[in-house]
Amino acid sequence: MDLSYSEEEKAFREEVRTFLKDKLPKELSDKVRYGGDLGKADIERWHAILNEQGWLAPNWPKKFGGAEWNAVQRHIFEEEAAAHHAPRIVPFGLSMLAPVLQKFGSKEQQDHWLPRILNGDDWWCQGYSEPGAGSDLASLKTTAVRDGDHYIVNGQKTWTTLGQHANMIFCLVRTDKEVKQQEGISFLLIDMDTPGIEVRPIVLLDGGAEVNEVWFTDVKVPVENLVGEENKGWTYAKYLLTHERTNIAGVGFSQAGLTAVKRLAKAEMAGGKPLIQNPHFAARLAQVEIDLQAMSTTNLRIISKAAAGTAPGVESSMLKVKGTIIRQEINDLARRAAGAYAMPFASEAVEGSNAGLPDPLSAGPVAAQYFNNRKLSIFGGSNEIQRGIIAKVTMGG
Amino acid sequence: MNFELTEERQMLQDTLRRYLREKYDTATRNKIIDSEAGYSTAIWAELADLGVIGALFTEEQGGFGGKGFDITTVFEELGRAGVVEPFLDTAVLAGGLIADLGNDDQQAHVEEIIAGSLQLAFAHGEPTSRYDLNRVQTTAKPDGDDIVLNGHKAVVVNAEAADMLVVSARESGEPGDNDGISLFLVPADTKGVTIQGYALLAGGRAAEVMLDNVKIPGSARLGAAGKAFDAIEARVAAASVAQVAETLGAMETATRLTKDYLGTRKQFGRPIGTFQALAHRMSDLLIEMEQARSAVINAAGHLESDRAVRESHVSAAKNLMGRAGRLVAEDSIQMHGGIAMTQEYELAHIAKRIVMADHRFGDTDHHLERFIALSAA
Repeated sequence: MDLSYSEEEKAFREEVRTFLKDKLPKELSDKVRYGGDLGKADIERWHAILNEQGWLAPNWPKKFGGAEWNAVQRHIFEEEAAAHHAPRIVPFGLSMLAPVLQKFGSKEQQDHWLPRILNGDDWWCQGYSEPGAGSDLASLKTTAVRDGDHYIVNGQKTWTTLGQHANMIFCLVRTDKEVKQQEGISFLLIDMDTPGIEVRPIVLLDGGAEVNEVWFTDVKVPVENLVGEENKGWTYAKYLLTHERTNIAGVGFSQAGLTAVKRLAKAEMAGGKPLIQNPHFAARLAQVEIDLQAMSTTNLRIISKAAAGTAPGVESSMLKVKGTIIRQEINDLARRAAGAYAMPFASEAVEGSNAGLPDPLSAGPVAAQYFNNRKLSIFGGSNEIQRGIIAKVTMGG
Repeated sequence: MNFELTEERQMLQDTLRRYLREKYDTATRNKIIDSEAGYSTAIWAELADLGVIGALFTEEQGGFGGKGFDITTVFEELGRAGVVEPFLDTAVLAGGLIADLGNDDQQAHVEEIIAGSLQLAFAHGEPTSRYDLNRVQTTAKPDGDDIVLNGHKAVVVNAEAADMLVVSARESGEPGDNDGISLFLVPADTKGVTIQGYALLAGGRAAEVMLDNVKIPGSARLGAAGKAFDAIEARVAAASVAQVAETLGAMETATRLTKDYLGTRKQFGRPIGTFQALAHRMSDLLIEMEQARSAVINAAGHLESDRAVRESHVSAAKNLMGRAGRLVAEDSIQMHGGIAMTQEYELAHIAKRIVMADHRFGDTDHHLERFIALSAA
């Protein structure tokens, strides 16, 4: 047992810090810090900066142009990135599609698509969920029927995050209706400009429009855009989901969130004193901090196992559940801290700064964030699904 | 003991429920929320005609209700439909203070309020007052026969629409003293009043109200100089009762929608409500609903009691509703999944109303501390 980082790991952390201090534009970190809307150009700008450094694809093997960091390095980067309010790396191309192409794609597909992901030539979105297929993803109904050199795709996808920016979508489609659900699914790459595709934004309860519905009507997709084998898509999808769950604990987000709550609770007054001195608020804050400290170590225990070559299994489900509970609790504390100033509809008022907010204490759009982050326990396999996995793996049945 | 509504209240409830079911669906309300005014003058007028505002004032004041259970009857229905129109602000808070404290001239406004032709706002909270009612820093200084107001009022709901503001200001003492606080009836267009409006997350609008050497005649004072605190506390108690009833109504809608969804939404080949993990959570929500209803009844039933009893029940209800409301809102969203995150689905707005109620008149922690203090007294 040794809770300290190695000298190399410490040096790596310093390198990351220096990079973030020098290269992360203040306009971007301010938007992240104060809850402003990051536009497509903002994200592309940050991706390009990371790409220039060779850090855009930390999980990719070097032969594909990645940084090939181990799990501890990735953790250090994520922690520092969150602490410096760096924009999140949009994962759809980089950490979801790319690992699938690297493992199951053809040489041609790898040579064509992977460099384009790094260079920002393509913006990928994910076509998985459907109105009738959420937690039960394998029941998806969007069909692809082979017609000569093409598939003809019909159906509807939903919850397509940032689909409004995307020019490409990777989709799970049904290519065989006669077999067991999981055995009739294929993995297709589809150009969003193909005739027959329509993207409709979904307005969320916090006023944001980050997700979309995508409709497919007789959409022609060249057969060379099939990844791997026909009807083997479920295997690839499951492989992809294990990559979706990297950084699932969100420790960095929680630490940054807790720092923000403390800042706010020092500024807000309750009974003529700073709120942070209020015993009930202080107790709530301490409770979350204690939980986060423990989870942070759980996270490190699990990723150091992964670094040693042991794949995290049921532990990633545990981290997802606990991690989202803690993040949501921190969101709850933030809105609580803001008092009446949580009430304004602030998410649109902030464009990179807190100037548009009425609150002299700069609470930011804390309530909007609280509502938006209800999604954390719903998406990527809801917490109920995760608990089911934990139960199944640990107790059988 | 009798837990039935009187015949009159039952009729009011039925009428209101029918009207709102027919006229106030999700799409209609979302349009109202997105509108510049943030509320519908047509809905306001029709609800006033149905007696919604009259039910919030006593017979002596010109209404036909005004008791705790009249208030809860109205607001439970408003909450059930997620109504964003500012009845709480115009009628219960500002209108109520005019009715409670006003002289004959000032009381004349109550008729206009009940008729639906006057909009009001209660400008009381300040940036650092949080939920304390006596932490008033805005000043009122005499200037001959006039009074000059200076200060910053925070998150004043309905300020932009208001014809008049009921403004609290300190004539003597220090922030935190009950004594020394007065109320003034200030026309919104008075020189020196600046209103910076914004939309609220759960619908409706509010504003920061800046008072910069606002000169008003001494006759604008409501009640005795420096003695308004007790009336403010009693009115905020009535508003809290209205608000917990509204939250109860909203929670009824949230649990109804969730129950229906669990019965119809199928995943893995069966309704998701047949999964025990969800069925038990739904049961817990229904248990909390009963607790919530009782807390509202307790608070409403003691609204006309002595101050200590009244306030203790108000704090108990606010604390319980803050906890139960959060649970119902969060679990209803969770059990629905993504659909509940969309603004076009009824639950999204309803959940926001429930959670954001905890940010007005004191949150769960504030009222827990207050309950302890009142119990010790």
